[in-house]
Amino acid sequence: MSQSNRIPGGLIDRSGTLSFTFDGRSYQGHPGDTLASGLLANGVRLMGRSFKYHRPRGPISAGSDEPNALVELRTGARQEPNTRATVAELFDGLSAQSQNRWPSLAFDALAINDRLSPFFAAGFYYKTFMWPAAFWEKVYEPIIRRAAGLGSLSRLPDPDVYDKGFLHCDILVIGAGPSGLAAALTAGRSGARVILADEDFRMGGRLTAETQGVGGLSGADWTAQALAELSGLPNVRLMTRTTVVGAFDHGIYGAVERVSDHVPVPAEGKPRQILWRIYARRAILAAGATERMIAFEDNDRPGIMLAGAVRAYANRWGVAAGRRVAVFTNNDDGLRTAADLRAKGLEIAAVIDSRKGEEVTGSAGRLGLRSIKVRDGSGRTRTVECDALAVSGGWNPNLHLTSHHRGRPVWDEAIAAFVPGPGGPAGLLPAGAAAGHLTTHGALKTGAKAAAAALADLGHKAAAFDLPEAEDAPVSITPKWHVPGKGRAWVDPQNDVTVKDVKLAHQEGFRSVEHLKRYTTLGMATDQGKAGNVLGLAVMAEMTGQSIPETGTTIYRPPYTPVAMGALAGRSREKDFKPTRLTPSHKWAAEQGAVFVEVGMWLRAQWFPKPGETHWRQSVDREVLATRASAGICDVTTLGKIDIQGKDAGAFLNRVYANTFATLPVGKVRYGLMLREDGIVMDDGTTARLAEDEWVMTTTTANAVPVFRHLEFCRQCLWPDMDVQLISTTEAWAQFSVAGPNARRLLEKVVDQDISDAAFPYMACANITVCGGLRARLFRISFSGELAYEIAVPTRYGDAMIRALMKAGEEFDAVAYGTEALGVMRVEKGHVAGNELNGQSTALNMGLGKMVSKKKDAIGMVLSQREGMVAKDGLRLVGVKPVDPSQPLTAGSHFIAMGKPATAAHDDGWLTSVVYSPHLGHSIALGYLKDGSARMGERLRTVNLLKKTEVEVEIVSPHFIDPEGERLRA
Amino acid sequence: MIINHPLLGPRDAQEFVYLGDARLIGRPDGMDEGAAQAFHDHVFLRDNPAGEHRELWFHEQGDRSWLVVTRNTVTHEITKVELARDVARALGRSK
Repeated sequence: MSQSNRIPGGLIDRSGTLSFTFDGRSYQGHPGDTLASGLLANGVRLMGRSFKYHRPRGPISAGSDEPNALVELRTGARQEPNTRATVAELFDGLSAQSQNRWPSLAFDALAINDRLSPFFAAGFYYKTFMWPAAFWEKVYEPIIRRAAGLGSLSRLPDPDVYDKGFLHCDILVIGAGPSGLAAALTAGRSGARVILADEDFRMGGRLTAETQGVGGLSGADWTAQALAELSGLPNVRLMTRTTVVGAFDHGIYGAVERVSDHVPVPAEGKPRQILWRIYARRAILAAGATERMIAFEDNDRPGIMLAGAVRAYANRWGVAAGRRVAVFTNNDDGLRTAADLRAKGLEIAAVIDSRKGEEVTGSAGRLGLRSIKVRDGSGRTRTVECDALAVSGGWNPNLHLTSHHRGRPVWDEAIAAFVPGPGGPAGLLPAGAAAGHLTTHGALKTGAKAAAAALADLGHKAAAFDLPEAEDAPVSITPKWHVPGKGRAWVDPQNDVTVKDVKLAHQEGFRSVEHLKRYTTLGMATDQGKAGNVLGLAVMAEMTGQSIPETGTTIYRPPYTPVAMGALAGRSREKDFKPTRLTPSHKWAAEQGAVFVEVGMWLRAQWFPKPGETHWRQSVDREVLATRASAGICDVTTLGKIDIQGKDAGAFLNRVYANTFATLPVGKVRYGLMLREDGIVMDDGTTARLAEDEWVMTTTTANAVPVFRHLEFCRQCLWPDMDVQLISTTEAWAQFSVAGPNARRLLEKVVDQDISDAAFPYMACANITVCGGLRARLFRISFSGELAYEIAVPTRYGDAMIRALMKAGEEFDAVAYGTEALGVMRVEKGHVAGNELNGQSTALNMGLGKMVSKKKDAIGMVLSQREGMVAKDGLRLVGVKPVDPSQPLTAGSHFIAMGKPATAAHDDGWLTSVVYSPHLGHSIALGYLKDGSARMGERLRTVNLLKKTEVEVEIVSPHFIDPEGERLRA
Repeated sequence: MIINHPLLGPRDAQEFVYLGDARLIGRPDGMDEGAAQAFHDHVFLRDNPAGEHRELWFHEQGDRSWLVVTRNTVTHEITKVELARDVARALGRSK
């Protein structure tokens, strides 16, 4: 069987031959073919199975509106499901598989669903799987999941690259049919920057598919002439294989360019697809129109196609949809198919024109059409043998993009179709068939006119466009939506919605179009209703006795055609999904074999395993004990740093922190608590006053960006005349914590100034130098509870600094410690961190209520004093230790009084942070406990129902070590 | 969306972070009589108009200006863009 249905003519390149396979069988086609035209040329019309009933299906269209011929394209990692064979460009070696069938396309076991169709009527999901409820998870859901969906995924990573791109133009022309070409010529000749985008790999739209000429040339030749002129204009960009998928705000359009879908493997350096964001000052929607079916019994057999598609296959691709073709139409356009096929020497079995009272009442043929039943005006029926039926129910303008901003289409009685209504995207002008002008003349004229209007808007003078002569036959249509009958007549073939389903929806009260859509799934398939929507609501209109405008229509959302996830992701995948931020000591830490942890975008050293340590706890316990015994060093660069300068900086800090700052002397650091305006704690950190009007704020790692944004808000919006300047210096300084009893002796070896306790007491800060002159900042602050400093050097010296510090620490057996040890030491000291600063906690909850000054106005002060937030028995931060020291605690456990059941009614709070304290030799925790500060020494249960743990605990002070702070001040 | 920044010209909305109603500029004074009620209204009460809305946007990926953008919440049409600092001063805010 070698291209048995190939006929002369068409725009394919017969000098080339392409081999391809479908379900393992080899076929041949030509350059210029689609997979569908190639298969049809080879006499293959069975290409898929329907979604619900697994009915055998062939293509009904020749474009992106195809609901039936969905295949899996390619194999291995490049396999793509649900690809429309009608737009898949043929290439040598292409491999396609049918889907939604088992074991084979010709024999599909689930076709049993077709026999069981009474059980699968509209709304069957809502009726069938309702009870017993216990069946949902174990029985119904797995069955539905297995049966649902069409194609399958390869489950392999996509090996190709997808790009994103940005384009700017004066006029974007969407669609390169006659109206789009006329618009592009008018605008291009006027000097405007024009982008002409078409989803097809060949521009021309219907001009490639029709036999009527333009200006004395064939449609294809006129198109070629127009494209030759356009490609010579430097201000015009032609984009084939590019679908404009959405109209977004302010003249931004999304477009997908399929750069490499038509080749087996993308060329070196080429992406598979590009998602373009096109900024267009004006756009012209010249997207053409889509033909619609007439519903009659068994109108879904392979071989039953849209009349315009049958014509396109014959005229553009040199393919006969059948050897004996019948035509069923309600308008003059359908008659053209008969004329064109006759001219090609094909046999026309019958022309059934519903306007003459004739209609098709049924069809036969299991895997493909063999015959149709025809009833004439007098009611007599006859059988007509044919292997293809071309159906024309009229044309629907492709107005989708005009609905993307909720514009509602309006009904045009003259063409019996919806046309763009008011409320479309500003600056988007529909033209040609998309605007309801269905003749070639109308398309050329309105295309040029829309361009002239857009040019005038933009202040360009429109160049002349002499309208070439073209067909202008009036649209003669008498609507015929469906042929009444007992059997099933398909409205939306992909989702298997039939006239009966629409009737059932009506009968059960789902009459508004929105309900109809959701109840029957009409228009919810991958074609998003291009094939069936208007037909479905026309049938509903008939049932309700309302007109179509009264019935209304659902509207379209982006995307116009499905967009691959890969295109939306672009390069932002895997490690490029988000940037990785490395600390200045990263290289050094990696050399030490550190284990890293992601903290936001940062990678921080979590611990530093030593030879012989096999469990993380061994490393962490060693780091904690060594730091508390002598000295430890930790990279704390990730904390946010904000330089604050200006005469009013102190007053500014007074207002953004709950506690007082203006009185802080130069050379001192203070802990600050920052509230949100609703009184909840936003962030905490230290702020140092390095000079009269020079301050440095630190924030938590997670809040570095939000706090900076908040401070800018306060500065610009609340107190616009304050002399305060801000700059984020998080990445400008490498900062290290040096902690432990020997911290000072260690630092004295690198710091050039006197840092004795007298010269540089607890909470001192200064601009200093290190290593003989490198500028640095030193702060005597402590998170661990030890004598501790934080030293900052310009980031580029961070690597040198960690090495210098570690070398200086050798004589003290100083260790490097990671975030785990940092966490253990702060819990031992009772300092709050992210787990306690959870966006729900107040200063009072944290035991810091006294810090909120009521003598000054500060962000959050007023609302932090609300009744509910200052309740005496509210949550308070407490320390927790197990009564039996050998028992580990579990974070997230809830406090339950002894003898009470573990229910929400007896919930007294929860454990926020749990660590093993090597210093104390047992698990310890911080937690929020109701009326906690009054319950010291009390015994409670901590219950974790998820992890099924329960431990008896004693409530203690959160300061497990050095509650008097003697170490800090040593 | 495109926001026409008063200093930098048209910029893509992706460069901005949205905050909300521009009434947040009108922060009450915490030391005033009746501050609790005033702050309650300021923090928790918002109009949610279908139509013109003045709202705060922060040019985080840009020059760090806070802007007051007048946007129609139905059509997304932006009719006015001002520096929030100018709006605050016009409302009598200073230090």
